[in-house]
Amino acid sequence: MILDGILWDIVDPQVVVESPEAKSGFASPNAYLNKSGGKYAKSVANPVNYSFVFVLAIIAGATLSALMRGGVGRAQRVMPDIWRANLGDSPLKRYLAAFIAGFIVLYGARLAGGCTSGHMMSGVMQTAISGYIFTAGAFLAGIPTAILLFNKEG
Amino acid sequence: MTTIILAILIGGAFGIALDRVGATNPDLIIGMLRLSRLHLMKTILLAIGFASILLLGGILAGIADPGNLSVKGAHLGVLLGGILLGVGFAVAGYCPGTGLAAGATGRKDAMFFVLGGLSGAAAFMASYSWVKSTGILTKLFGGKTTLGAISGTDYPALLSSIPGEWLGIAMGLALVGIAVALPDSLRGHSRIPEAAGKEMGS
Repeated sequence: MILDGILWDIVDPQVVVESPEAKSGFASPNAYLNKSGGKYAKSVANPVNYSFVFVLAIIAGATLSALMRGGVGRAQRVMPDIWRANLGDSPLKRYLAAFIAGFIVLYGARLAGGCTSGHMMSGVMQTAISGYIFTAGAFLAGIPTAILLFNKEG
Repeated sequence: MTTIILAILIGGAFGIALDRVGATNPDLIIGMLRLSRLHLMKTILLAIGFASILLLGGILAGIADPGNLSVKGAHLGVLLGGILLGVGFAVAGYCPGTGLAAGATGRKDAMFFVLGGLSGAAAFMASYSWVKSTGILTKLFGGKTTLGAISGTDYPALLSSIPGEWLGIAMGLALVGIAVALPDSLRGHSRIPEAAGKEMGS
């Protein structure tokens, strides 16, 4: 999300401007970046913040872990076995599906205001009602989709 | 500066843990959603339940600061967004965090997932005014609501007469119980997932 804003800021410097009236000191003509007193606009202007560094650290941690266990096999790096068993071994088809799925997942996560980590894990552990609603939606949609799409065990 | 160091330590540990439990492997995520390989489901339930007991037990004991709780708002968009995420989760076998981590382990399909995700997040940013105008972001159940009332916080409670800390600990214990009781598989033959290091052969 914030990464998007930073990229956009490079393309169009008008997207985030300093604004003394806004609570965070930053504002944006984009309604989403401008919500909550310009909280996200501030993150775009100052990318070295908790969330962004956290994301970079996840990447570093996962890379380290994969290296320590000898890496991921060549065939697995293209697509999972269960995809190959059910939907064929065209890498292009898998990449296109993964791109579209990524689009839907992140659009959904932004709409929900959180994802598997924020709503399902952090939310449910705090007994947040929103966490239970999100988890119900994700599994009620995810389980039938997976059963229909991946009939063979793989 | 302290917060940046914390971000590096906790984020790094999260990335390592996601990979070690197999959450970066879409075979295991899809296997969980099609109910044939429930190992990850058991792991996640155990993690949430254990964290819940520690967190709310810590608040009761006065060790944890309830000011650190961060409850998200409830609205129709949470349900709709959850449904969208669930569909993509099943197709790709990745969610936002695990997709990023999986891309870092060298999975190319995960890199396409991340690119699609950046586009999806950008599309949401562009359509935010319209989404808001539909009214689906209007708060439900009082917005940032928890099950029971947690002292030291301003969050409204669904069951305001029951102490939220004890309710949370009970929910945590229930989740740990479910994690232990769940079988490895509910359908098909259960395959023990290959040890992470043996993936090279596949």
